[in-house]
Amino acid sequence: MTKYEAVIGLETHIQLNTTSKIFCVCKADSWNDPPNTNICPVCTGLPGVLPVLNQRVVEKALLLAVAMHAEIQPESYFDRKNYFYPDLPKGYQITQYDRPIALGGWLDVPVPASPAGGAYIRRVGIAKLHMEEDAGKTRNAGHLRQIDFNRCGVPLIEMVTNPDLRTAAEAAQYLTRLRQLLRWIGVSEADMEKGHLRCDANVSIRPAGSQVLNPKTEIKNVNAIDAVREAIEKEFERQVREVEAGHRIEAWTLDWDEEAQVLRKMRSKETEADYRYFREPDLLPVCLTQAQIDAAAQEMPERPLDRRARFMETYQLPEYDAEILTAERQLSDFFEAAATAYGDEPKKVSNWMMNEVLRMLNEQGLTAGELRLQPAHLAEIIQLVDDGAVNAATGKALLAKVQQSGRSPAQVVADEGLARVSDDSAIRAVVEAVLSESPKEVESYRAGKVTLIGWFVGQVMRRMGGKADPALARSILEELLR
Amino acid sequence: MSLTLAEVEHIAALARLELTPEEKERFRAQLSAILDYADRLQAVETSDIPPTSSVLPPHSALRPDEPRPGLSLGEALTNAPLTEDDQFRVPPVLE
Ligand SMILES: [Zn+2]
Repeated sequence: MTKYEAVIGLETHIQLNTTSKIFCVCKADSWNDPPNTNICPVCTGLPGVLPVLNQRVVEKALLLAVAMHAEIQPESYFDRKNYFYPDLPKGYQITQYDRPIALGGWLDVPVPASPAGGAYIRRVGIAKLHMEEDAGKTRNAGHLRQIDFNRCGVPLIEMVTNPDLRTAAEAAQYLTRLRQLLRWIGVSEADMEKGHLRCDANVSIRPAGSQVLNPKTEIKNVNAIDAVREAIEKEFERQVREVEAGHRIEAWTLDWDEEAQVLRKMRSKETEADYRYFREPDLLPVCLTQAQIDAAAQEMPERPLDRRARFMETYQLPEYDAEILTAERQLSDFFEAAATAYGDEPKKVSNWMMNEVLRMLNEQGLTAGELRLQPAHLAEIIQLVDDGAVNAATGKALLAKVQQSGRSPAQVVADEGLARVSDDSAIRAVVEAVLSESPKEVESYRAGKVTLIGWFVGQVMRRMGGKADPALARSILEELLR
Repeated sequence: MSLTLAEVEHIAALARLELTPEEKERFRAQLSAILDYADRLQAVETSDIPPTSSVLPPHSALRPDEPRPGLSLGEALTNAPLTEDDQFRVPPVLE
């Protein structure tokens, strides 16, 4: 039986997180706003209006182009894509067609090990990257449709990959890494549930190892990473069944029905010629100076995967730690600042981050950048535990108190008397009290049930509010129980 | 260059226009004449000349990313033939 491989290309639409829309001054983010409240004559296509390009859109497009290693074009053009649909009040979309702002580029996608094989890197080539405007939202209401134009004119970057992906899992990894990168460089919130990152997938199959490109189908409306994986997997299996049955694959457009988890054939769309593209006469070409291009390169931070590799190299972190700590840029900045402030044993800082700080972020629904707890505070707390000034449990409680109050750890320790009691006489007094109040346990212990020592230590710790040095309490107990 | 009737019908469909048989024939003749004129222009040798997409100086005017209020909801919906729940209502679209 022939073994087939999938040939997959992804077309992503990325909503930029600018404050205003691409060609008009309307507010861009309408997520919490009622319908049709962020619209104006420009984005609703009223007669006599002119679009003016938002500077931040160009800057963010440039930054993304740099991040994707794309070739930035010093001169690019806007075009009109004509089609008639109620979510597009002008009757055309302003987009970039044959002269986009950037061409080429790539993203290296680590693919984790699976039952099918070991881990590897898939380099995904980028064909082009261009700026365009989003359309409105329509939804069925009875036998008519309702239209909200708030989303009209929200800036988008459309980015098209080469057909370089070979499995549904690779496609899912590509989206995961793209989403991480978009947030990392701050060009998009990249929340798929809110439609900030949308994806169409082109899928064809061929005998494994062959170089031919067969007719492909296009899957639309898959707006969650798991759904992309599911939909591609289903379409791959369908095409294999068709070919095995001797049928030809036709160039269908398929719509992913999330609820039913099935692909449905859509009415065939306009062909490329039907869009009747022509240069947008109301906008001049976008001309970039070398200074602007250099500025974008300057602004480009260390990429997440580069930082992950550096964390493993410089701080000797396991891949697991480095992956989690670089999931988000502010978190990785926090770790690095804390590790630097602490000085040595970065793995110890990583453990505190992965256990205590991440739990705090999850529980409080915060990002690392929103914490009142500063990296230097974390380093100080670990140091206090190292020095024996507080015990480990108090150290963990300190994190929460610093976060809650904004006071420094040393201040909290002083204000709340949290310092560990390592004064022999203070602990000795409590030990004596515990022993005199627990004659039965003392008797059992002396009769040979030495495991009771843990219970005695617990009693002492409880009475001292957890501040006793447990090792010291234990040795005093053992001495007096002898 | 002469357009076929089918091509005229296709172009009309893209613009969601319904044409009578007389109109189709009239537009077929008119559109064909326009294409003939374009053919004459295409006969001019222009391979050494960069296309002119604008006669203005090639300098992109950009605006700062600052939002301002636009139309009120009432203004936005005022010319709509049909509205519901503060939204425009339109006939269903064929999918
Ligand atoms: Zn507007």
